[in-house]
Amino acid sequence: MKDVHPARLTVNGRVHEVEVESRRTLADVLRHDLGYTGTHLGCEHGICGACTVLLDGLPVRACLVFGVQADGCEVETVEGLESEGKLNALQEAFSAHHGLQCGFCTPGFLMLATAFLRENADPTEEEVREAMSSNLCRCTGYQGIIEAVQAAAGNRAEAAVEEEVATEASEDRRVEGVSPLRDAGDHEQ
Amino acid sequence: MSAVGRRIGRLEDRRLLRGLGHFVDDVNLAGQLWMRVLRAPLAHARIEGIDAEAALAFPGVEAVLTGEDLEGIPPIPVRTASEHRLDEFLQPVLASERVRYVGEPVAVVVADDPYLAEDAAELIEVSYEALPVALDAREAVEADAPQLRDEAGNEAATLSMGYGDVEEAFRRAARVVEAEVKIGRHSGVPLETRGLVAEYDGGSDHLTIWGSTKVPHFNRRVLSRLMEMPLSRISMKKSDAGGGFGVRGEFYPEDFLVPYLARETGRPVKWIEDRQENLVATNHSREQTHRLQAAFDEENRLLGLRDEVWHDNGAYIRTHGVIVADLTLAMLPGPYRVPAYEGTAHVALTNKTPCGTFRGPGRYESTFAREHLLDVAAAQLGVSRLELRRINLLDASEIPHARGLSTLSTDVILDAGDYGGLLEKALLQSGFEDWEREVRELREEGRLLGTGVGYFLEKSGLGPYEEAAVEVDPTGSVRVLTGGASLGQGIETVLAQIAAEELEVPPEEIEVVHTDTDLLPDGVGSWASRSTVVGGSAVMLAAKATAEKALRVAAELLEASVDDLRLGESRVEVAGSPDRHLSLGEIAAACDPQSSAAMGEEPGLGARRTFSVEHMTYPYGVHLAQVEVDPETGGVKIRRYFVAYEVGRAVNPTLVEGQLIGGAAQGIGGALLEEFRYDASGQPLASTFIDYLEPTAAEVPRVGTLICEDAPSPDNPLGVKGAGEGGVVGCGAAIASAVEDALGVPGEISSLPITPDRVRTLARRKSEAGE
Repeated sequence: MKDVHPARLTVNGRVHEVEVESRRTLADVLRHDLGYTGTHLGCEHGICGACTVLLDGLPVRACLVFGVQADGCEVETVEGLESEGKLNALQEAFSAHHGLQCGFCTPGFLMLATAFLRENADPTEEEVREAMSSNLCRCTGYQGIIEAVQAAAGNRAEAAVEEEVATEASEDRRVEGVSPLRDAGDHEQ
Repeated sequence: MSAVGRRIGRLEDRRLLRGLGHFVDDVNLAGQLWMRVLRAPLAHARIEGIDAEAALAFPGVEAVLTGEDLEGIPPIPVRTASEHRLDEFLQPVLASERVRYVGEPVAVVVADDPYLAEDAAELIEVSYEALPVALDAREAVEADAPQLRDEAGNEAATLSMGYGDVEEAFRRAARVVEAEVKIGRHSGVPLETRGLVAEYDGGSDHLTIWGSTKVPHFNRRVLSRLMEMPLSRISMKKSDAGGGFGVRGEFYPEDFLVPYLARETGRPVKWIEDRQENLVATNHSREQTHRLQAAFDEENRLLGLRDEVWHDNGAYIRTHGVIVADLTLAMLPGPYRVPAYEGTAHVALTNKTPCGTFRGPGRYESTFAREHLLDVAAAQLGVSRLELRRINLLDASEIPHARGLSTLSTDVILDAGDYGGLLEKALLQSGFEDWEREVRELREEGRLLGTGVGYFLEKSGLGPYEEAAVEVDPTGSVRVLTGGASLGQGIETVLAQIAAEELEVPPEEIEVVHTDTDLLPDGVGSWASRSTVVGGSAVMLAAKATAEKALRVAAELLEASVDDLRLGESRVEVAGSPDRHLSLGEIAAACDPQSSAAMGEEPGLGARRTFSVEHMTYPYGVHLAQVEVDPETGGVKIRRYFVAYEVGRAVNPTLVEGQLIGGAAQGIGGALLEEFRYDASGQPLASTFIDYLEPTAAEVPRVGTLICEDAPSPDNPLGVKGAGEGGVVGCGAAIASAVEDALGVPGEISSLPITPDRVRTLARRKSEAGE
């Protein structure tokens, strides 16, 4: 008999209750049990990063996390990036800078960059390259991806400055409940 | 505003950025079974017996198939016409008596879920008797090598081609230069592995398949033959594809097994290759050894060229036949004036994964071989590398130039070009003189820097034809159907731009449908950099015919002369009377079958057209590199990289640049990082991404590009040349040349990939020589 466990996941703000076999990966739970097929599997051994999602705000390889490990966690996937049918600044920047061709690795890069930009709102090109080198893209040669992340960072930085001027608020703009990358010990793969 | 030539955003992007693409693994059907392939663990062995009892008894398992169950199913045929007899070397769907490479399919299981299928496959017991292995192409064709087949030898074919009096050229030569080069085994390795979903409707005897790409119409014909089903009862449906690069979409054993099992079981069957399978089962490519000779006169002009090639094709001949070896020989003379040439290629079979095409097949290899030979020659003749190329590049006045040989069943006629002109433009635009100055300055500090050049000739736009249809519906929506396939290259955007240009409709409003054999029953597919050239031309013809029909019908409806009508902004209006107009939708509505018949027209607003082409069109370009070598680690850092490319006409320059930059990343991988190595028993040593090193953002430099539109192709109405492969073709040549220059060792970097070990050895030798 299968070794099945109940798990409760919040994906992009929506709560799901599932029964998962203990060996079933988070990627398979998201894709095949819950229908979040935007998360892609490129290698299933943690190298390519196509399956990158955010688990409690931190980028993880969904192929290296079991579904049951996500019990009680907040999961963010590519499907959660747009709002009201509008692409966010990072998504727009990927298109504007030709940061995708086949689009298979793209959701992983978008999630990786989302977490990276929350941590480092105004990165240098070197820092972007370093961070983006944890995922593989076979089509673009990375140039468009690097430019897109830098452009999105620029937009964010500008937006943040405007916001600051407008509201005199200097609060961290990160989503509530999302911990910064450097405190990521528990979820590192 | 003209749609062709504009840098519009890609139409594909919106869905892909939202996670709304439809890749084959996103297709899930109620009640589907998952297939798992059991693969050979040995490189060469006799199958003594297979016991599948335990697997069949496993809960959730629906069926197990072995080679015995498929007796009478013919092996997978070659896709491209060949004068060579290759039948004995074709791959069976499942191995029966012998396995010939690690990864060869031996049995398949279908079960209720993929985890169960994998568990069950492990329960199948196969007993093998190991056989000696042949792993080196040059040794494999010797008489005393272990034989892969009892009847036929290990040399599947021997190709020769050439022209002119080569003997005489070498007799007259003032200098003869020789070189031997080796290109490592690497491949496309797209980020999405292969996969297929098939559904069989027993009630209507109809198969529907998702996941076929590149050549869906060809694969449908093969399947029709192997499964003995009428073509019209097989439908191929489109999906997004996570990169093609030549390897995805060919007809592999699984392309038979999935639909076959769907029909056998009556349940939908799904198969998604895992990465470990992908690295041993999907086509490898590139592995060749060349022995070259060049004859020069006193003025350093080429008199003749000779090349003997050993092409390692792995264990079987797959769908590509021997076209990689064929292209290697045909493209070896490249863009140069070569009065006499003789090439021979031995297509050798070895106990390794079978090979096929990978982006730039035959050109990546032959460009490296030839350019390396020229670098060796430059050093021996005492002339600069650039000067030797300037002397020998065909002059613009010599083009068109008939090469005197043929490849892919077409004569090689270099159609339009100014090779020397492009070289000078590239040097200027890249600031190559500054690169060289920088190299000299940093060498003063004791650092090892060098520059390299790789000039290449490309081919594109292979025929024989492509199909396209344009349809406008009564709501005004425009749909383009193409026989091409989307592999991530941006075909939807480019074809929409071409149709928009003729129809005066915004490209963003055009839907492009590919890979649908019900909507468009014929097509040749997306490969050989042919989609924009041949497919785009077909779309142009269909869109033009549609626009003409719109004007004809509008003339009837508006009671005006066609000459007085103007097509623009999705409508037709009477010149001078802008209030008299009809939208394309209104015209389409007026083209109902009854009204059309009354007007003497075919029903509907639209047209289907075929574009046929006899010869390929030949783009060309140059790669420039500046590298720094670390003598301690043997690492090579690419500091600067530039690709200049003549594309005839760029439909969307941003996408052309993307092809060049992305291609360069793959070429850099093959030059420095990627290799499928094997141990002495034929076990693959690169079956994960830990060992098969695709370059990351840390290794790929910023790549500068120059797109030239100086030599439009005279052979198609758009004037375009293909853009898909030029980015990869010159990388091996340029990087090897730069590393040699950095180390001051002309001729010593003759093998790709350039390993740290080799670089360290040469650096040590240089430093010892210097002391």
